[in-house]
Amino acid sequence: MTPTRKKRLAVVGLIVLSVGAAATVAITALQDNMLFFISPSDVHAQTLPADRHFRLGGLVSEGSVSRDPHSLLVSFQVTDGAHEIPVTFTGILPDLFREGQGVIAHGNIGPDGVFHAREVLARHDETYMPNEVARALEKAGTPHEVNMPTSRQAQNQSGY
Amino acid sequence: MIAEFGQISLILALILAILLATVPLYGAYRNNEALMRLAPSLVAGHFVFALAAFASLATLFIRHDFTVVNVAINSNLLLPWYYRLSATWGSHEGSLLLWILMLSGWMLAVAVFSRKVLPKVFLTRVLAVMGMISIGFLLFTILTSNPFDRILPGPPDGQDLNPLLQDPGMIFHPPLLYMGYVGFSVAFGFAIAGLLGGRVERDWVRWSRPWTLMAWAFLTGGITLGSWWAYYELGWGGWWFWDPVENASFIPWLLGTALIHSQAVTEKRGAFPAWTVLLAIAAFSTSLLGTFLVRSGVLTSVHAFATDPERGVFILAFMALVTGASLTLYAIRAPRIMTGKGFDFVSRETALLLNNVFFTVSAGMVLLGTLYPLIIDFMGWGQISVGPPYFGAMFVLLMTPVVMLIPLGPFSRWGQDELKRVVSPLLISMVVAVIGGLVIAAAIGAFNLRAITGWIGGLWLIMGSLSYFFRQKQATRFRLPRGQVGMMLAHAGVGVFVIGVGMVESMTYERDVRFAPGDSLEVAGYRFQLHEVAQVKGPNWIAEEGRFTVYRGEREITSMNPQKRLYHRGQQVMTQVALRPGVFHDLYVAMGEPLSDGTGAWSIRVHIKPFVRWIWGGAFLLALGGLIAASDRRYWRQQRAEASEHAHSGGEVPA
Repeated sequence: MTPTRKKRLAVVGLIVLSVGAAATVAITALQDNMLFFISPSDVHAQTLPADRHFRLGGLVSEGSVSRDPHSLLVSFQVTDGAHEIPVTFTGILPDLFREGQGVIAHGNIGPDGVFHAREVLARHDETYMPNEVARALEKAGTPHEVNMPTSRQAQNQSGY
Repeated sequence: MIAEFGQISLILALILAILLATVPLYGAYRNNEALMRLAPSLVAGHFVFALAAFASLATLFIRHDFTVVNVAINSNLLLPWYYRLSATWGSHEGSLLLWILMLSGWMLAVAVFSRKVLPKVFLTRVLAVMGMISIGFLLFTILTSNPFDRILPGPPDGQDLNPLLQDPGMIFHPPLLYMGYVGFSVAFGFAIAGLLGGRVERDWVRWSRPWTLMAWAFLTGGITLGSWWAYYELGWGGWWFWDPVENASFIPWLLGTALIHSQAVTEKRGAFPAWTVLLAIAAFSTSLLGTFLVRSGVLTSVHAFATDPERGVFILAFMALVTGASLTLYAIRAPRIMTGKGFDFVSRETALLLNNVFFTVSAGMVLLGTLYPLIIDFMGWGQISVGPPYFGAMFVLLMTPVVMLIPLGPFSRWGQDELKRVVSPLLISMVVAVIGGLVIAAAIGAFNLRAITGWIGGLWLIMGSLSYFFRQKQATRFRLPRGQVGMMLAHAGVGVFVIGVGMVESMTYERDVRFAPGDSLEVAGYRFQLHEVAQVKGPNWIAEEGRFTVYRGEREITSMNPQKRLYHRGQQVMTQVALRPGVFHDLYVAMGEPLSDGTGAWSIRVHIKPFVRWIWGGAFLLALGGLIAASDRRYWRQQRAEASEHAHSGGEVPA
């Protein structure tokens, strides 16, 4: 092998090695940071490890939101129509958090069966429903009418 | 009438784009001077009609023409005129129109400014390739997302622009971001034109460099504005969320960064030209991918407008066509791409190669994390999301070596160098960075790993850039070329950014507290006192406003009035953050929600964010550096020798 070729081989080898290493690390990191999405029915159907983090999605049950008078503790129920899961959260809820509306909570289920949320996400605008929540509701047999004003719908609604 | 005028303009623009993509290209193929001469006029016409269409939509918004669906959905009578103007690109349809306007603007700029620099055949090919891209977007707009659709009779009043978008940041963020996204189409056009001609030479790389730099600078600016907007508008106080939509703009940025560096090598030394071509294709393809992800509704976020599978399929098909065709062309022509000179292990080529490895791997990493949930979902394996810790950890891992290596790059020589010679002028910078970093971190009470690494890394970058500046100044005794000035600014900007990130990520004070009127909170030497919560009214909203006074010791320094707004239309609630920006820290107060216990108490979010402005300041320096480098005379001078060399292939020698 000529010196140039040797050098090239070294460079190529270095690249392959580092890309391989990066890919390995990336995939490991990915496995560790995956959050599975579950619906209240999923929670009901199986016992989940208490230490594992999940994304729980559904609708906030009507009349279920209650606040602790002395702290920022909030508790509410998340439902998919078939089952309900109690959720607690300490902190400030997003602007569009409402009873009867879609919500996604990140957290884990304690031994008491209560979902302890570390983060609560709601919609960004009045017409948006998280994809996962819409599908979970559909699976549970209570599809939620989401008002999505596409141009076609707006055309149909032109009567007003 | 105006809507129809806009519609017709759009169709005329499409016709001109089709002509542009075919006739002059055939002319370039047959070496027909007359046909090639059509290209600049077609480009000008294309721009005029795109502008007319865009202006029509803007006029419709300004004039409250609710018979147009797009206006009826995204505007109303109460919306102030400047938000009506920005609503033009606040909707899906309008943003596509903006995309087309930007593309036609870039085409016009290439036609005007590269007229004298580029050989005619090459320029014609570039413009034709960009015309093809324009065809795709115009078809997409006209067929699936027509902004000029009517409803008759129109409603008396419209709905509303998403209140989150009713903000000055939103007026500038999308245009800048699109300037960048679309700007990569120029580099793409140059790469494809080079492949079409069967000759990828150093000169095309030189010609495409300023365009790539400009696009990259605009993209940097757009992403920065987006980050800043999210910081004060979403009310969470974060500056980057690794949201899929942010990633969609970040991937082209990473590849663009790799591209501007590999272009430098290819221009100066002719090394790895094939890789440069591939990166140009990849940067633009990921821009298209970003558009697909954002516009198709595959991802749900603030950026995803009405979801419509038809649109997703169209963009996906278009992306597959563009990427597939260009990669095929690449595969056919790759053997004819020149090969560059060899280089030693310690050399500037190696430094830039390492830059490329790290940046492309980072892009791949972000891409993996962004697409992984989609793939899993598509295969029916469940619904997952990838958390920010993945991106954060990977990014720090990959970028640490980059930060360590950046100052070495400019000091190394092309071709062959010795490590000792590269490192020795930087020894002082190294010592200053380590000692200075430790001292500063200790002095400001931020003696933790993140802050210390941030300071050391940041100072190392800034010092490295400065010492390069002074060495060059001494060595040349002339004014430094703008390319070098831009590079140093950008590298120092990375340093400023790194310091900001290190501080924000380690020293942010964040608390959600219960505040009743009369309550106060003491943190970090500041006292926040709430006097009252009052009702205020805006043009199209009413709000509860918290009246805070902030004291430092006994001295009153500022009053802060965060709001919780309720917009009349759509009854949407929105948090308006109160900010007191500062060079060293921001005070940040946001209203949570009223606590219904009869005392008028609210949950309030109080943040103190140290050095957060440095994040955007550093990014601003990056963008500025890119623009300065793009203005380097070298790129705009006529290349007489090459021009005459190309004369035999039909190029006109400019006088």
